Amino acid sequence: MTSHDAHPAHLAHHFSDVEQQQDSAKLGMWIFLLTEILLFGGLFVAYAIFRAWNPDMFYNAHQYLSIPMGTLNTFVLITSSLTMALAIRFMQVGDKSKAVINLWLTLMFAAIFLVVKYFEYSHKFHLGQLPGEYYTFQGVEGTNPHIFFSIYFAMTGLHGIHVIAGMIAIGWVLKRTLNNEFSADYYTPMEMTGLYWHLVDLIWIFLFPLLYLIG
Amino acid sequence: MTAHEHKHHIVPLSTYFSVATALFILTIVTVWVASVHLGSWNMVVALLVAATKGSLVALIFMHLRYEKKILAVVFVGALAFLAIFIIFTMFDTMTRGELGSEVRHPINPAARIYQMPAAVAADSMSVDSMANAIDSTVSKEQSGHE
Repeated sequence: MTSHDAHPAHLAHHFSDVEQQQDSAKLGMWIFLLTEILLFGGLFVAYAIFRAWNPDMFYNAHQYLSIPMGTLNTFVLITSSLTMALAIRFMQVGDKSKAVINLWLTLMFAAIFLVVKYFEYSHKFHLGQLPGEYYTFQGVEGTNPHIFFSIYFAMTGLHGIHVIAGMIAIGWVLKRTLNNEFSADYYTPMEMTGLYWHLVDLIWIFLFPLLYLIG
Repeated sequence: MTAHEHKHHIVPLSTYFSVATALFILTIVTVWVASVHLGSWNMVVALLVAATKGSLVALIFMHLRYEKKILAVVFVGALAFLAIFIIFTMFDTMTRGELGSEVRHPINPAARIYQMPAAVAADSMSVDSMANAIDSTVSKEQSGHE
């Protein structure tokens, strides 16, 4: 069993070598991201159908979304994607302390995103721009304006849940980094968390113009 | 076998910062373009900018450019099936009413929006007459698309 003794600690027994293990992890993660894209895909389809059916109502209703807040959150999320990529980059060269700083920054930007979202949501709750049958706002011209806000809350709500899930994953990776579990040779969980976090950013990149910037 | 045969592709820091800068600039561009009236081209431009931003994120931040091609196949496959999902659904939803008139009612007539005293008083509408008004609006909107 000499080959066993040569195994690095992070290599699981059912893989022949580290590269195969890493390739499997990446392929599995990307297939998971595929299912995430199709999960949001259902909501994008709902958006496309109802916008095509109610173009004027969508235009009128979207004016109640705050473009400055949406733009701010876009900047915040892009910056968090950058710091996540940098954390992995620093771990790749074994710079643990800079990786830790960037993971903290990523968590901070994620929290800022949720705080901005909280202010947006509470303003809409206050006005009665709630989804479905709870909608009571009278200011939007057009038929069934609650449909726009149902879609708005479903899409940004599901995205918000992903932000929270991403923060949990980043916190877990941060803890493991602080425990010295990662090195330049092994940081796969951090890389997978990064892929997830970038997908959250990627989805927001499409949600922002579709919801906030209807021309 | 050693654990270090395969070296990870290490992207220069400057690449990450350039990509982030490009994403910031494209965000400003898309907000600005939305304020310019281009009619239905607004949505085309907005989606093109979003697709460019998404490609940058996927290719550089998510390393698709440096990874084995199978991962790009998975990603593009997801997008292809999403496109099929959207396009084929809209073949249906955009051509409804061509074979016969369509009757649509409030999704839930008991919903609060149809019970608002202000709306009822202003228009003196019952739920039924409101449903009729919605039907005529919908059929107008639909005939506009045909």
